Amino acid sequence: MSKGPKENEFTIKIANVNGTGSASANALLMKVFFRMGIPVVGKNYFPSNIQGLPTWYEIRVSGDGYLARSGRVDLLIAMNAETYQQDLHEVAPGGYLLYDSTWPRRKQLHRDDINVIGIPLSKMCNEHFDTARARVLMKNVAYVGAVAALLDLDMDIIRESLQKTFAAKKHLLDANQTAISLGYDYAKENFACPLPFRAKSIDKTSGHIMIDGNTATALGCLYAGATVGAWYPITPSTSVMDAFKNFCEKHRRDPDTGQRDFAIIQAEDELAAIGMVLGAGWAGARAFTPTSGPGISLMSEFLGYGYFTEIPAVVIDVQRCGPSTGMPTRTQQADIMACAYASHGDTRHVLLFPSNPEECFYMAVQSFDIAGRMQTPVIMLTDLDIGMNDWMCRDLQWDDGYERDRGKVLSPETLERMPRFHRYLDIDEDGIPYRTFPGDHPRGAYFTRGSGHNMYGAYTEDAGEYQEVVDRLRRKWETAKKYVPKPAMEYSEKYRTGIISVGSCDDAVREARDQLKATGVGTNYMRVRAFPFTNEVQNFLDTHDRIYVVEQNRDAQLRGLLLLETDVEQDKLVPVLHYNGLPLTADIVFDAVNEDLKKGVAA
Amino acid sequence: MSYISKPKVTHPGLPRNELGMTIREYEGGMSTLCAGCGHDSVTRALVQAAFELSIPPHRMAKLSGIGCSSKTPAYFLRQSHGFNSVHGRMPSVATGANAANRDLFFVGVSGDGDSLSIGLGQFAHAVRRNLNMLYVIENNGVYGLTKGQFSASADIGSTAKKGEENLQPPMDPCQLVISLGGSFVARSFSGDKEQLVPLLKAGLMHDGFAVVDVISPCVTFNDHEGSTKSYQYTRDHYHPAIFADYIPPSEEIRAQYDEGDAMPVTLHDGSQIVLRKADPDYDPGDVASAIEYLQRHRDAGEIVTGLLYIDEQKPEMHALNKSVAEPMSSLPFQRLCPGSGALKSLQDRFR
Ligand SMILES: Cc1ncc(C[n+]2csc(CCOP(=O)(O)OP(=O)(O)O)c2C)c(N)n1
Ligand code: SF4
Ligand SMILES: [Mg+2]
Repeated sequence: MSKGPKENEFTIKIANVNGTGSASANALLMKVFFRMGIPVVGKNYFPSNIQGLPTWYEIRVSGDGYLARSGRVDLLIAMNAETYQQDLHEVAPGGYLLYDSTWPRRKQLHRDDINVIGIPLSKMCNEHFDTARARVLMKNVAYVGAVAALLDLDMDIIRESLQKTFAAKKHLLDANQTAISLGYDYAKENFACPLPFRAKSIDKTSGHIMIDGNTATALGCLYAGATVGAWYPITPSTSVMDAFKNFCEKHRRDPDTGQRDFAIIQAEDELAAIGMVLGAGWAGARAFTPTSGPGISLMSEFLGYGYFTEIPAVVIDVQRCGPSTGMPTRTQQADIMACAYASHGDTRHVLLFPSNPEECFYMAVQSFDIAGRMQTPVIMLTDLDIGMNDWMCRDLQWDDGYERDRGKVLSPETLERMPRFHRYLDIDEDGIPYRTFPGDHPRGAYFTRGSGHNMYGAYTEDAGEYQEVVDRLRRKWETAKKYVPKPAMEYSEKYRTGIISVGSCDDAVREARDQLKATGVGTNYMRVRAFPFTNEVQNFLDTHDRIYVVEQNRDAQLRGLLLLETDVEQDKLVPVLHYNGLPLTADIVFDAVNEDLKKGVAA
Repeated sequence: MSYISKPKVTHPGLPRNELGMTIREYEGGMSTLCAGCGHDSVTRALVQAAFELSIPPHRMAKLSGIGCSSKTPAYFLRQSHGFNSVHGRMPSVATGANAANRDLFFVGVSGDGDSLSIGLGQFAHAVRRNLNMLYVIENNGVYGLTKGQFSASADIGSTAKKGEENLQPPMDPCQLVISLGGSFVARSFSGDKEQLVPLLKAGLMHDGFAVVDVISPCVTFNDHEGSTKSYQYTRDHYHPAIFADYIPPSEEIRAQYDEGDAMPVTLHDGSQIVLRKADPDYDPGDVASAIEYLQRHRDAGEIVTGLLYIDEQKPEMHALNKSVAEPMSSLPFQRLCPGSGALKSLQDRFR
């Protein structure tokens, strides 16, 4: 259904070999569109490997602002001979394939319905650069130069971008500029530039940034005042802690003494990481751990402990492709069920679902507030697509009037005035008890135990006393609905057909809805942003006849959770599933909805 | 209600510590362990150590894993926060709690199952971090709470109650910790309070991870003939190598020690541990010779006890991190949040 390329509406895909330094050239190319004011997104499809395997970078340019994966390729830059055949097939009819014609492959790279552009990138770079490393690196920059000619990119912006990047390294600046010119001049001389689809400066990116979700999440943790971060490295979450560390080194260190206002602990495994977070939360610090699916599996015992003993903790699950190790560098939303009920026994966790890096920033802060208020672990579920790709987002804002919600913590002064303190009494009848920090006051002491305890915090094996506590935890769960973010909703009374989605599905669903609308199918839309589900979710289910639940996993986990946790007939919820590890496209949603509608007509 | 609280009886004649508190105020709930369990003696030794050191009870945090041994934090210092975590994972919780509030005294109680099997990884890494805490292993050679299976510290040839023989080699936590680069390693016996209390005090005051491996017999599952962790066997094979006296900073060293015989170690707060060797050839400051000594005596069937290794110079976790002096948990928010201005300017690099 997606339309052919046109001015400011096209997708470039670059096929590289990983470890050849293509990332910075590709990022430069992507940024040029952004700086020309054209909405853009860059997605990286990389192997679970350090050097030598194929990797692709996809840049979707969309003046109309559609920034999901497009699912088509209009210009393919084929820099990896090993994937030539695969790459050749991906080009949309009428599209272009650019390759390094130092080694001509006229026969191999031929398709009647596309245009092949050969540029002797290696040859030119070998002639202009001395060292082997420079030749490899500059080949990448040279194709950026060629694309600049083919798509009529703003050369001033390219120049400024290089100057900004290499301000301190004059020789690198010169080399890069030379490489750009090599590609640019060759394309200009040998091909009709620009191509029928091209870039044209507009003004749709001011007030925006290009940021990946892991960086935005780390910023959220920084701004929320998190002081303890514990983690065990795992793709695709690793860069959360990398970014947090960088921000902290800059903003949380005494410039004179070098003393740190933070502790980042690289744990021995995820069991330890979550244990550290719980220990720190128990002792009064804001603490978090970023991880991915395998880490959630390891954390499960402790997550149940945190739920039952009521300790705030923030877990960031940057989801990747399971089961097991799965495809660790590909995206999925398949941890929803595992997170919702992580651990044995009657355990349930508050989940937050950001849909893009901007929301990662705000929801990271919110995660700490909810964890503190509800005294429970909160899991924020992002995914590899959000976490590791550069998304265009509105500028992040901070309200200096923000105050942390540490929840019901009794101060030493209050404890001094109280005759006695009991940890798990439901004084306010909202299911949330009061807590104290170790060291604050002798009267605040209590014993935290994962074994049966009564409302006073004492050990129990008494049936009634035990049940009283788990029932109160259930009441607390109801209270959580007041604090979690409500779903994002687009609703008109006209429509009885709805779409529900979650997280990174958002852009593709929005685009699909526009496509559906253009064919006369109007839909309402609800993006779930949290678990527990609030009343708005139930209302949406009640007010629609047929609802498509779009998500990125095989087993329809969000749909399953809705069926378990709301009152809705099973048949009403039609699963729309995508789970091959690549981000969702609008076409997948559009086609699935159409197919189902057709079935309905036929029946 | 199944919570048992000990009747509080005030004894006007009871001695008071520097805080004016009696030892009663360092006690906890009534123990629910088997009568005669070694763990209860360790509990009493911990009470005495904290009392003698005049630690304000609420400034202490007591943590444990799972097991009979790990139940004991409920039985001492009722005015301290307690954390009975999950099996084998107490070191991580202690690490996080210590990261959040470095000003507390941390004491962890674990078992040989908790530390040497399921929790060996966390235990080893707490050693490597040199987490500032006292870590007590109540070592009985079995899993008490799950009814007497062999633990990783059971000796080859030691028999279970029903006669089954242990065939796998034991782990010695002391040798292990010394080889991992630990900074304080001691062994004692629940039945030797004279030796144990000063070791616990020294461990509490040590600036780093202080491991005290306490042979603590399980009367129900591992106190029979044929067991190498019984009271009788332990007494018969007891080999104190180093005596340690803990001397608070305010006190002068009064006892007379022969030169060359006594070795004072000064702790970060100015207090001292005076070591007296029973064996002239033992050097508790040397990794290689300590391990060699322990191995040699172990081969001879002896249980070497005392302060086996100490290095007061190793930096603990916060020193390595260059953490601020005050607890992270009480840093004011304004200091932690860079604010809207910084957010604006740091976003420049994303344009
Ligand atoms: C994950 C998990 N597995 C198993 C158990 C069962 N379990 C409880 S205590 C224990 C062994 C405790 O042995 P030790 O640490 O030596 O303590 P002791 O009872 O001997 O003092 C086991 C296996 C558990 N609580 N959690
Ligand atoms: S079973 Fe053994 S370890 Fe457990 S309480 Fe009884 S004597 Fe102590
Ligand atoms: Mg044991």
